[in-house]
Amino acid sequence: MNHKNIMVDQSDSLELGDKTFHSRLFIGTGKFSSGEALGEVVQASGTQMVTVAMKRANPSGGHDSILSYLKDQDIQILPNTSGVRNAKEAVFVAKMAREALQTNWLKLEIHPDPKYLMPDAGETLLATKELVKEGFTVLPYCHADPVLCKQLEEAGAAAVMPLGSPIGSNKGLESREFLKIIIEQAAVPVVIDAGIGKPSQAAEAFELGADAVLINTAMAVSHDPVRMAKAFRLAVDAGRTGFIAGLGVTSNHAVPSSPLTGFLN
Amino acid sequence: MLVESMTRQDVELALHRKGSGGVQDFAALISPVASQEYLEQMAILSNRLTEQRFGKAIRLFAPLYLSNECNNVCDYCGFSLGNKIPRKTLNPAEIIKEAGALKKKGFEHILLVTGESAQVVDLAYLKEALATLNPYFPNLSIEVQPLHQEEYEILIANGLQSVFVYQETYDRTSYASHHLKGKKRNFDWRLETADRLGRAKIKKIGLGCLYGLTKDWRTDAYFAAHHLSYLEKRYWQTSYSMSFPRLRPCEGETAPAVALNDRDLVQLLCAFRIFSHELELSISTRESSDLREHLLPLGVTTLSAGSKTNPGGYAVEAESLEQFEISDDRSPQEIFKLLQSKGYDPVWKDWDHSYNLADPKTPALSPVENHA
Repeated sequence: MNHKNIMVDQSDSLELGDKTFHSRLFIGTGKFSSGEALGEVVQASGTQMVTVAMKRANPSGGHDSILSYLKDQDIQILPNTSGVRNAKEAVFVAKMAREALQTNWLKLEIHPDPKYLMPDAGETLLATKELVKEGFTVLPYCHADPVLCKQLEEAGAAAVMPLGSPIGSNKGLESREFLKIIIEQAAVPVVIDAGIGKPSQAAEAFELGADAVLINTAMAVSHDPVRMAKAFRLAVDAGRTGFIAGLGVTSNHAVPSSPLTGFLN
Repeated sequence: MLVESMTRQDVELALHRKGSGGVQDFAALISPVASQEYLEQMAILSNRLTEQRFGKAIRLFAPLYLSNECNNVCDYCGFSLGNKIPRKTLNPAEIIKEAGALKKKGFEHILLVTGESAQVVDLAYLKEALATLNPYFPNLSIEVQPLHQEEYEILIANGLQSVFVYQETYDRTSYASHHLKGKKRNFDWRLETADRLGRAKIKKIGLGCLYGLTKDWRTDAYFAAHHLSYLEKRYWQTSYSMSFPRLRPCEGETAPAVALNDRDLVQLLCAFRIFSHELELSISTRESSDLREHLLPLGVTTLSAGSKTNPGGYAVEAESLEQFEISDDRSPQEIFKLLQSKGYDPVWKDWDHSYNLADPKTPALSPVENHA
């Protein structure tokens, strides 16, 4: 199957940090069966940004099939701090990631709760401030909290990554009302990071005005991850294109011709 | 007995609720009627929940036996004080030799195991072992005698990530009948170990029963689920692991009170997965290679491979007596290839040294510092 034949609107690019992305679909790597399986998904999805957990990465160990695949591709590797419990640990891990993977880019994840992996707002804000000072391009994973997102932006985050629902839950955009406010207020790109479980939910994120989405579980756990990656690619394009085209306003009622102001004519 | 009284309706509701029904639903899932009529449904659900949470990753680790000295008399264990076996405690040079052999095989996660002899394997010994291995292995766990909170804090500062401490059985009468002498006789000291670990802010606590010790194994599992639930609420920053060792032949053993069969083991595995979606579940090399393969899709997240259960077994010497017999004697590389062939991602490394560098003794980042 040729996955390259899906049209991408080259004029609709995403400016993030100091880079331009033509794909608005970011991919997480934690749950695939092998580097080869991930490679096929990367190809099918057309992604240009892939996040890798520092705790899993083994740049010097020779056992890392996922890293060794990504190194040969023209793809932004986005190390993440998954597993840290506070800002202090996050800063250490970020510095090691920068050294090991030769990139300033960082997905900041601080979840002190190993059960639901809920992000810690206070520590995330502290770490963002510190890491921006250290010259990182910081993409913080956070709650769908509009005030926090503005604070992260003011702290110098390159984007904000609010959750749609808990990580890996496939529940979609349960935080929809707050995402709308975040998107309306944001001056940096908004990447919906967690909980998107099916292509239609990714399309919905773009219809709300999101700038990008990050997907892992929905692809990796599918019976056919490559086909699912293609489906997400199509959904991202559909949602984004629809958003640019201008969506109509929804209404529960038919709109009659001016019953209240007709007398003015 | 609560577990025995569970009905079809209870099991169906528990399956429908997929874990949100708490220990009451766990009781239904571990019941005889669940075993008789719902095991396949439980297995399908357990498989789905495990894949959703862990994807295709299976973590690999190896036990490193440091010592078989023990001051306890337990009627099921090869290390028991009365047993006339060659005793061995590795010195630092031997620890490095053994660790080197494991590193060569690819291991990054090591579980240090000892008997319970506080005179030989004391805090200083454990601290030195951890400090020696810390630069080479990003993830170090121990399975040793229960310690005080302050002792755990010292070991954590030296690279300790997780502690496995099995209650063996939650039935006090059965516990007393199997633990005949030594500090392990103290049921409550052992039971409260997980609380001391939680207060010391350990990253992971491993729980488990030794199935076969107590006739009513279903109730034992039910209490293990209660224990887990209690700990999760109190020590919410810690993650948890559950193990299902079955009593196997070893020197000096008494016959198991109950033979937990394979069907029971499958039920335990699936019930715990449905109860806790993020729980680490491991299956030991006590189990046969064939059974381990069949159990893989049912909820397993972690495997040991190529294990030796005698101190010095990998590189130093082979004579000292093992704690229990290994059934799955395949090499780590064989296990690695097998996992790949079945569509799993064998993970040697799931932790990084950089995560251990933030000294817990230094203060947290503060807003004041950042505004400066």
